[in-house]
Amino acid sequence: MLRIEGLTAEIDGKAILRGIDLEVPSGELHAIMGPNGSGKSTLSYVLSGREGYEITGGSVTFNGVDLLAMEPEERAAAGVFLAFQYPVELPGVGNANFLRTALNAQRRHRGENEVDAMQFLKLARARMKELSMPEDMLKRGVNVGFSGGEKKRNEVLQMALLSPKLAILDETDSGLDIDALKIVSEGVNALRSPAFSALIITHYQRLLDYIVPDRVHVLMAGRIVKSGGPELALALEASGYASVAA
Amino acid sequence: MAAVTETIEAVQSVAEGGYKWGFETDIEMEFAPKGLNEDIVRFISAKKNEPAWLLEWRLKAFALWQTMEEPDWAAVNYPKIDYQDAYYYAAPKNKQGPKSLDEVDPELLRTYDKLGIPLREQAILAGVEGAGDSPSEGRMPIAIDAVFDSVSVATSYKERLAKDGIIFCAISEAVQEHPELVRKYLGSVVPQADNYFAALNSAVFTDGSFVYIPKGVKCPMELSTYFRINAKSTGQFERTLIIADEGSKVSYLEGCTAPMRDENQLHAAVVELVLLDDATIKYSTVQNWYPGDAEGRGGIYNFVTKRAACRGARSKVSWTQVETGSAITWKYPSCILQGDDSVGEFYSVAITNNRQQADTGTKMFHIGARTKSTIVSKGISAGRGQNTYRGLVKISPKAIGARNFTQCDSLLIGDECGAHTVPYIENRCMSAKVEHEATTSRIAEDQLFYCRQRGLTQEEAVGLIVNGFCREVLKELPMEFAVEAQKLLAISLEGSVG
Repeated sequence: MLRIEGLTAEIDGKAILRGIDLEVPSGELHAIMGPNGSGKSTLSYVLSGREGYEITGGSVTFNGVDLLAMEPEERAAAGVFLAFQYPVELPGVGNANFLRTALNAQRRHRGENEVDAMQFLKLARARMKELSMPEDMLKRGVNVGFSGGEKKRNEVLQMALLSPKLAILDETDSGLDIDALKIVSEGVNALRSPAFSALIITHYQRLLDYIVPDRVHVLMAGRIVKSGGPELALALEASGYASVAA
Repeated sequence: MAAVTETIEAVQSVAEGGYKWGFETDIEMEFAPKGLNEDIVRFISAKKNEPAWLLEWRLKAFALWQTMEEPDWAAVNYPKIDYQDAYYYAAPKNKQGPKSLDEVDPELLRTYDKLGIPLREQAILAGVEGAGDSPSEGRMPIAIDAVFDSVSVATSYKERLAKDGIIFCAISEAVQEHPELVRKYLGSVVPQADNYFAALNSAVFTDGSFVYIPKGVKCPMELSTYFRINAKSTGQFERTLIIADEGSKVSYLEGCTAPMRDENQLHAAVVELVLLDDATIKYSTVQNWYPGDAEGRGGIYNFVTKRAACRGARSKVSWTQVETGSAITWKYPSCILQGDDSVGEFYSVAITNNRQQADTGTKMFHIGARTKSTIVSKGISAGRGQNTYRGLVKISPKAIGARNFTQCDSLLIGDECGAHTVPYIENRCMSAKVEHEATTSRIAEDQLFYCRQRGLTQEEAVGLIVNGFCREVLKELPMEFAVEAQKLLAISLEGSVG
């Protein structure tokens, strides 16, 4: 389970997170909604360990260990996965090579055997079929020349292969058409299990039609101002963030 | 920015231990007296038992060298070299003909071991009688010539190659056994007076490899030379000559390492390739001379002249180089595309980390009709490294329909390094087509974070991104070499990003 207590963080001296308290028990999917600039992406980067954010207070534990004390790659090996809002291009690095390198880096870190190229290909092909991804995407450079939808599907493919314990989806729905949205949602739903939890960051209620969250939190100006069940997302859609904040 | 501070700290903390080939082998050596004069040239020639014509050729080169000035146009800085303060001849003392590995100087064997040369080849290289000449099972053999300071120690698979009429031996041996070939081609591609360092090499070259591939023969295995500077205060001046006769084909690899020392050591090699009609030579280099420490102490001065003459029609030469070592690299493997429809290629990766400086590139001389050249250069600068691509594409009026494509990409790691691109294009032919593309980029913080979020360490991430950047060049290397080169790239950049 993920436990965030009184988390405050700033960038270049500017406070972005102003005291976040949040618990995501194992097996639950929580949605975080909020207007631009409310701190949604900052929260996802702070949880995954990106440089440039100063943690000024509070704590984050994941299954009892101090997440904030870990390097990004240690967090990844511990099961934290961030699906990027803007997936990064790595020219010349084959997608298959990248995915296998990542998978094996994590397995090594956990003291597990590495998977060889044949095992990996078998695994990857099965997952790609589920996500309706053409096989040549394995051969292409990581995210190079991918359409917006392909990039997001590639994120979900990575998530499926790395089978994390906590997935943070940072506006994975942005820029997706309805078909891609369905495929991505199915990818997330397929991972649902008592050992899997997710933080789904989104602007829109639309995604939550396909991935039904256990809880919905509203983030505004660096604080969670309201929490509720899936119906909260519908209320936000109908009347906007301002009415909720009031 | 935190990232920048950490980069600086990491670069500063790079230990000398990062260079894994920096050991010194304690072998009994024979030296010529220190310094350089006519007597030394005569001494070397006498040691090699050379014919009179070659001694005269050397003396002429020495006389020319004395009238020449050290070039200063490259974007590299180094203190003036005292050419009198070095040994020009150093050779392991040789007990003739060991019968088994037990009789071979164990230090020499240990050296091969550390260099990663397999035991079977070690036996052959150490000159153990009957150890070689049938390929080992289950694996593509590579014939190796090992040059230790001034002498070629041994060459493997000679008899197997001789069945096809292929000559692969030390150049000093070729002078004795095949004087007509050496006399005909030595200096025919790189003349004695070509440049300062080529003149010096011509005067004092001590050993190197010689290859002759007869008409119509495709060499059945990779040929490889391993160069090792071991002795202190010694310059290495090897000379390689490869002749590919009509319709022949060969792939040649060279690797090189040196011990770590506080002093700078000079390496001034000359490589000449001759290609007749329809011949193909693929020449691959992984240059890993000692680069010096983080503060720029020590390291090899690598001043090398490499040139291929495509004399025959439809001949093709391909230079692939991965330059990770040396304090200073000054090197422009070039192609003279004289035969009609001849092809020249240059694929290069050059890394400069810490205080390394590299000024490297190529020259493509289009003389024949429809000659084609391709240049792909990838420069990577980290620490306070300076990396310059310097290239010349020259197209003569007769090179009707000639084509060149050049691509120069630079990658910067940190903010104290430099990348420079100096392309010269001289086109005197209206029908020729010349293209040049260049990019400069950085390893972005978001790329590193993306990789680390997927579980890669910082260094694994840098290695992956750099290998991706160099992919077009690495794929030109023979398979086994490519794997080595990929590892080498990662090692060379260890600690370059915080």
